[in-house]
Formats: sequence, C-alpha cells, structure tokens
Amino acid sequence: MRRVQAEIKKVQERLKEAAWEAREKPGAYGDDFDPAVFINDHSELNGRERELSAKLREVALLSGFDPEEKQRSASYLQKDADVLYEKVTGLYDGQVEIMSIERALEEYDWLWDYWWKTVDVDADKFTAYTELYQKGGYFIRILPGAKVELPIQSCLMMSEQEGSQRVHNIVIAEEGSSAEIVSGCTTVPQVETGMHLGVTEFYVKKGAHLSFTMVHNWAENFYVRPRTGVLLEEDASFINNYILLKPVKSLQTNPRAILKGRRSRARFNSIIHGRAGSILDLGSVLELIGEETRGEAISRAAADDQAQVLMRGKLLAYSNSAQARLECKGMLLSEEARMQAIPELEVIKAPRADLNHEAAVGPISREAIEYLMTRGLTEEEATSLIIQGFMKVGIDGLPEILEKMVDEMAKSISEGGL
Amino acid sequence: MLTVEKLSVKAGERLILDEVSLTIPAGETHILMGPNGSGKSTLLRVIMGLGDLEVVSGRIIFQGRDVTKLPIDERARLGIGLAMQHSPSLPEVTLKGLAQVLGDRYKNDWRSLATALNCDYLLERGLNDRFSGGESKRAELLQLLIQRPQLLLVDEPESGVDLVNIAVVGKALHQLLKQGKIKDREHSGLVITHTGHILNYLNADQGYVMINGKLVCEGNPRDLFEEISKHGFEGCVACAECKRR
Ligand SMILES: Nc1ncnc2c1ncn2[C@@H]1O[C@H](COP(=O)(O)OP(=O)(O)OP(=O)(O)O)[C@@H](O)[C@H]1O
Ligand SMILES: [Mg+2]
Repeated sequence: MRRVQAEIKKVQERLKEAAWEAREKPGAYGDDFDPAVFINDHSELNGRERELSAKLREVALLSGFDPEEKQRSASYLQKDADVLYEKVTGLYDGQVEIMSIERALEEYDWLWDYWWKTVDVDADKFTAYTELYQKGGYFIRILPGAKVELPIQSCLMMSEQEGSQRVHNIVIAEEGSSAEIVSGCTTVPQVETGMHLGVTEFYVKKGAHLSFTMVHNWAENFYVRPRTGVLLEEDASFINNYILLKPVKSLQTNPRAILKGRRSRARFNSIIHGRAGSILDLGSVLELIGEETRGEAISRAAADDQAQVLMRGKLLAYSNSAQARLECKGMLLSEEARMQAIPELEVIKAPRADLNHEAAVGPISREAIEYLMTRGLTEEEATSLIIQGFMKVGIDGLPEILEKMVDEMAKSISEGGL
Repeated sequence: MLTVEKLSVKAGERLILDEVSLTIPAGETHILMGPNGSGKSTLLRVIMGLGDLEVVSGRIIFQGRDVTKLPIDERARLGIGLAMQHSPSLPEVTLKGLAQVLGDRYKNDWRSLATALNCDYLLERGLNDRFSGGESKRAELLQLLIQRPQLLLVDEPESGVDLVNIAVVGKALHQLLKQGKIKDREHSGLVITHTGHILNYLNADQGYVMINGKLVCEGNPRDLFEEISKHGFEGCVACAECKRR
C-alpha cells in the first residue's frame, strides 16, 4: 500500500511539473487569452449551500439537469467548486457509480491509470491550468454489463462573477455496458464573465455503448476551453451530441476520439448557433486505428450578429478497412457574421481507407423562404422551419431535449428578424 | 375571381410582360399557352407575388381586392395558390415536415392525400431535393391539396410526368378545382400547358396564347390547341378569328 502511494505521488509530481512548464503555452487553435485572470478566490469551495435554491433549480433545468431526478439514473451537480449532487437513484445501485473525481481518486488507486491518458497535460496552457488549479469534476462509471436505460445527468454550474471552474472528469463505460449521459454546463443569469476549463476523458470498453450529450449555456463574456479525449476498445461505440445556442465570448474545443479497438465506432454531432460577438472554434478529430472502424463528424452551425464561427473536422485513417465521413454545414444569418469550414482528411499508410467530407457555407435562400410563403407561411414561420430543419436534418437520434431546444432557437431567430 | 389589368412587368431592365389583361370568373379554369420564354411563368409568378419582378404598371385584382403590392403569404392566405414549373429544392425541410405544418393550418388530412398522390415514399425526403420531374410535380400538388386555394395557378403540371402519374396529377387538379359538380364550382384555375394532355382531365373554359409578353389570342382552349398543333404559334398570330386582334 505504501509503495502504491509513493508511486501515485511521483505521477502527481510529474504531471504538475509538466503542467507548470506548459502554463504559458498558447492553444493550437482559438483566440488567445490569459487564464490567470480568472484564478482568484471567487469560485473556491465555500460549502455554504448544501442544496440548490429554487432559482438555481431553474438554471439547472435549462441545461437539461432535472433537480427532481425524475427519469434519471444518477446525478452529479457541481456549483462552482461545491459538489451538491453525487448520487445514484436506488434502482441503479450497483450499475452506476457517480462521485466527485477527488473522492474517486481516493477510493480507487487504479483510477490513476486513466488520469491524463487521452488528453495531454501539457497540450496547452488550458490543460496545464486545469491540472494546476483543478477543483472537482465528475467520475462516472457504468459497471460491466449494466444496461442503464435512464439517462445519467451532470451539471457544472457557475455562479460567481469573474470566477472560473477547472474540472477534470473521467467517464468509464465498462465492458458490455450501455448508458446515456446528459451533461449541462451553465451560468446563473447574473454572472457575465468567467472561465470554464474542463478536461473530460472517456473510456469505452469492449462492446460498451456510450452516448454523451452536452448542452452549453454560457454568458456573453465567458471564456471556455473544454478538452476531451475518448478511447474506444473493440466493438465499442460512442456518440457525442454537442449543442451551443447561447452567446459566449470565446469558445474553442476539438475533442479527439481514438478508435483503437476493432469495429469501434464514434460519431460527433454538433449544433451551434453563434450569436452576439461569440468567437467559436469548434471541431473534432477521429483517429481510426483499429480495423473496420467507423467514424462520423457532423456539424450544423448558424452564424448570427457579429459571431465568428470556425468549424473544423479531421479524420485520420490508419487502417485500410476504416471508413469515416465529415460533414460541416454553415448558414449565415447576418451580414456581419463570419464563418469558415476547415475539413481535413488524412490517410496514413492505409491506401484503401475510405474517408470523405462535405462542406457548405451559405446564406438562407430567399427563394426557399418565398416558396414556403406561397403556402401561406409568414416570412418568420418559413425562416424558422428552414433553420429548424437545417440544424437537425442528417443528425440521427437527437435526444428529445435537444430537439426541443433547437426548435425554440429557430423560432427565436426568425422572430428577431433576419 | 381574378382580374389582371394591363399588367406590365420588368425583370431587371427587361420588360417581360407587356400590358397583359385577363379575367377569370369564379368557377372557371383558363389555359395559357405560348412558346418558350414568352412570359407565361412570369405571369403566374407575379400574380403570386414572387421574386425580383417589378410591376411597372397595371393591377392584379383578386376577389375585388387589389393585391398587386401584397406580400406572398398574404396572397396565399387570401386564397391564391401556385404550383411552380421549377420548384426550388429545400433539403432542410422534409415533405412530411411541411405537410404537417400545412395540415395543421388548413385542417386537412395530409396523410390520405399523400397516399392518393403516390407521395408516401417521398415524405421523409427534403423538399424537391433530387426529386425527379414527376415527383416534384406530385409533391407540389400535395401541398396545394392541403392548402386548397380558391385560385389555382398551375405551371406545366404534366411536364416530366409519366402516363400513369399524369392521371394522378389530372385527378388531383380536378379535385382541387372541385370540378365534380358544375353547380358548386367556385374554384378557379389558370393552367399553363405545352402538350395539352392536361385538357383531358380539366373542363377548361378559356384559352390564351402569349407571345413576347403579350396575350395575342384567346378562345376555346381545345380549338386553340388544335390550331397551334397544326400551324404553330405563327399561325396563331395570324389567326383572323382571334378576339384579341
Ligand atoms: N427574374 C428574371 N430575371 C431576368 N429574366 C427573367 C426573369 N424571370 C424571367 N426572365 C426571362 O423572361 C422571359 C420569360 O420567362 P418565363 O419563364 O415567363 O417564360 P415561359 O413562357 O414560362 O417559358 P417556358 O415555356 O420555357 O416555361 C425569359 O426570357 C426569361 O429568361
Ligand atoms: Mg414557364
């Protein structure tokens, strides 16, 4: 036991050292900013609240977190640095584990084998800051063979002006298990500025299936840098749904899925509405290493106001029997918005791999709106129907909660006028 | 139902319609013929209020109301409906999605109409997205059957439609124009045709020939069609019996 502790200590020291070295290293993509501005005592552990107030319950609900835990199998909620929910609902005891990462690391020595294994600690200053100033994050583990029908929910909430969250999450779907996680990141309405750094590592074991839906609800002056890695074993599958409909100052993320196991599959779906002065740089990377691996990265983005939206996507094939597809579609809703799509395909010593991409950026077609108007739809209704469809068409199996969000968003855009 | 008075229309700098006048009484269906590029589709589009067309002079009166300057959707809600010659493709909106919206709005059972028009297999597809010519026409008519306009503007309903489906299209138009019983005929139509096939399915009351943006001739649609088949449009221009000359 003592020996193990000593080893862990060494690992920790090495990580801290690497992080310290990288603390000023700019991110590969996205606009630069200084995370140190948001390291202060605003959002540290205060432990004042044990429960969510009525108002905060509403905030949580908007990001898909049900404080009543109806129709949920397990819940984790962290407000600033305080953990308010970490529980499994009765029926699912013995099928799911959910707790703060600190507690999990204490409980399981083996968890260190999953710590910073799919994301590099020294990738940039944001990973470095997460390691150096980490407070919380969730540990979710779906036990071998467990079929968890009801969603597991998590919520990372920020309530302090100019504060920040630096979380490190680990999700393990053990062999043969299946589950769906709905995760919301949100700020309470009074908070205007702050920073969110989140490292999330997914391990999807042999034959396991994991679906992860993330809803982002930030404020207009927020800086957000999620860092995500996914490792898939044989016959594992992973679906990532990402939705961003609210303004944010600056958001850059480029999750990476490593399809190591034979026949593993991964799909990234993103629905983005760039608003106000948001600067968004969003992408995903699929590394198809195993034989017969399959990947898909599908994004739909609408750029409004003065938003700048950059959509990336990268497919890397290392296996001849790999197949993957990339689809970026962007719609410009304002004269001042900017949009760019950068699809990348790369084949590494696998000449028979099959990769393809489709990218399109354009305005909403006047002709299409008029066509619908000939059926009696008002200009707003026509616009809304087109945007709604644009955001959803081609994205299979979107959870109901996201469908609703997209519909409401389309409605609000068209009401605001183009 | 519809009166077009000395309507002149420009697209950009070019005059496309030149003082066009016609009247379609309630319950009547009129047919519009003429060579390619003569301005037939433009006439239908301008009655609907579409696109970048500029009305230079003249008026469009629908059920006693001047609609010349009304937005498209208001005209539609007053009861004007258009089946386009070339409908734009909307990959974002499925045929089903639109049919549902229209079904709710106009209180119609869109599902049985879709079946009647052989459209079931198209429902999940994006509107006109890689539809074949005939599919596109049927989808268009499905929408109109749900909408049930008082005045139906139909641009070449039979073009690209095979012999089996032409009967389907013909029946749909017949139904739309409520041509079953003569005494309750209230719906009116203006239908463009090149082939005249559609005349087999409609009771057409009047026909026009348009050449170079002008209505040069009018008369019994079947006679006109026969004339054109024999002598071409030149013959039509020269036709001595024509009321318009
Ligand atoms: N928006 C526009 N801008 C410029 N030219 C136009 C526009 N719309 C129509 N035209 C031109 O006006 C003329 C008449 O077009 P229209 O489509 O009305 O002809 P049509 O009689 O329907 O022909 P067809 O039998 O080939 O369908 C054509 O020369 C066409 O190119
Ligand atoms: Mg035409």
